[in-house]
Amino acid sequence: MLQKIYDWIDDRVDITPIWRDIADHEVPEHVNPAHHFSAFVYCFGGLTFFVVVIQILSGMFLTMYYVPDIENAWKSVYYLQTQVAHGQIVRGMHHWGASVVIVMLLLHTLRVFFQGAYKKPRELNWMVGVLLFFVMLGLGFTGYLLPWDNKAYFATQVGLEIAEQVPFIGDYLKTLLAGSDHIVGAQTLTRFFAIHVFFLPGALFALLAVHFILIRRQGISGPL
Amino acid sequence: MKKGKGMKFVGDSRISAERKSAIPKDYSEYPGRTEAFWPNFLLKEWLVGAVFLAGFLSLTLAHPAPLEGVADPTNGAYVPLPDWYFLFLYELLKYKFASSQYIIFGILVIPGLAFGGLLLAPFLDNGPGRRPHQRPIAVGMMLLGLAATMWLTYESASAVDWEARAEANKPIPASEVEIDTTDPGYAIYESNCMSCHGDSLEGSAAAPTLIGMEHSAEEIAQIAHDGIGSMPPGMFEGSDEELDQLVEFILSVNEQAAE
Repeated sequence: MLQKIYDWIDDRVDITPIWRDIADHEVPEHVNPAHHFSAFVYCFGGLTFFVVVIQILSGMFLTMYYVPDIENAWKSVYYLQTQVAHGQIVRGMHHWGASVVIVMLLLHTLRVFFQGAYKKPRELNWMVGVLLFFVMLGLGFTGYLLPWDNKAYFATQVGLEIAEQVPFIGDYLKTLLAGSDHIVGAQTLTRFFAIHVFFLPGALFALLAVHFILIRRQGISGPL
Repeated sequence: MKKGKGMKFVGDSRISAERKSAIPKDYSEYPGRTEAFWPNFLLKEWLVGAVFLAGFLSLTLAHPAPLEGVADPTNGAYVPLPDWYFLFLYELLKYKFASSQYIIFGILVIPGLAFGGLLLAPFLDNGPGRRPHQRPIAVGMMLLGLAATMWLTYESASAVDWEARAEANKPIPASEVEIDTTDPGYAIYESNCMSCHGDSLEGSAAAPTLIGMEHSAEEIAQIAHDGIGSMPPGMFEGSDEELDQLVEFILSVNEQAAE
C-alpha cells in the first residue's frame, strides 16, 4: 500500500532524486563516532538543529496562550506558568532551549573553526552560519522582552539605549525597534513580538535551508 | 563536479543535457569504513538525540523558567541585566575605553571587529593549510576572543547575587491581592509602613514586599518595633492595640494572597 502511494506520487513528480539528495548518501569514517570517538564533535551542528526544532515547536505551543499586549502579556505568561497543564514544561523548554542553542552553536562554530573546515570551497557556508548565529542572538534579544516582567523591560530599555548611540542611524534604529523614540511600551512589545515570531524565524528558515543545501552539495570536509 | 556557465540543459528545464547517473557521490577520496546515512547512521543519531533530549528535559524539570514581577517602568531601583549570553557586551561597556566619550568603541568598533572578523574568517585566513598549527594568527585571534568573552562574562556574572535577585523579584499576581482600605489596620499601615512597603504591600526599592512572607503574628509585631535587616527599629509608632490591628491586617492580606 505504502509502496503504491509512493509509486503514484513518484510517477507524477519524480521524488526519487529529492529523496536521494536528502537521505541517500554515505557517512565517511572520520565523522562517525562509532569508529573514532573524538568524532562526537561532528554532532554539535546536528544537536544545534535539534534544539532549534525544539524551539520552533515549543514556541508554536507558547503562542497558543501568549498575548502580545502590555496589559495581558505578563498575566498570560503567569497563567501559562501556573495554571496550564504542562505549561511550565513547555515554557521551560523554550527558556532553556534559548540558552542551550547558543551553547551548541558556539561549540559547532568552534569545531568548524579549529578544523579549518571553512576554507575553500566552504567559505559561503561559513558566512551563512555566522549570519545564523546573529539571527539566533536577535531571537534571544527580542524573546527576552516578551514575558513583560521587570527583567525583560529594563534589559530591553538598556538594549535600546545602546542602539540609540549608534552614530547617524541610532535614532531611526531605536524608533524602528521600539515603535517610538522615547517610550518603551505597547508598540515595543508588539514590534518585538512580530520580529521574534515572524521576521527572524523567516530569516532563520531561509538561512538554514541554504546552510543544509550547501552541506549536501559540497559534502562534509575531509579529515585533517 | 560540473559547474557554472558551461552547463547545457534540456529546453528550459534544469535537467542536464549530458546524462549523468543518479548515483550519489561516493567518498572514495576519504578511504575508510563509510556507513549508509539511511537508515544505519540516522538510527544512531536518533539515539544521541534521545539521550540529549532526556538530559534537556531533566534540566527544564529541575529548574522551571523564571518569571519576575510584571514590568513596572516607575521602578527606579531595578538593576537591569541582559540574558547571560549578552553579559560580555554589557560588561565591555563598563570599561573606560568603551564608555562615555568612547562609547562608539564599546558598541560598534570592538564588537564590529570581532564579529566582522568572524564573518570574514575564510577570507582573512585564506591559506591552504587547515590544521591549527598551520594558521597560528587565526587560531590565536580566536583563542584571544574566546578568552576575552569568557572573562567578561565571568566578571559580569560573578558580581551578581543571582539567588538574592531571584528572591527579591518574585512575581506577585496583582489581581489576586485586593487591599481592603476600610480595614482599621490599613489606616495604621498607611501612617507607619506605606512609605517604604508601598500602598499595596508590594514593597519598593527601600523595603521588600510584605506578601508571601513566613513570619508569625508575634514576629511581625516584633519586627515592627525592633526592625530587621536594613529596617531600623522604632518604625512603628502607636499603641499595642493598633499594633494588633496592623498585624491582623497584614496577615489577612497574606492569607488572601495564599489562596
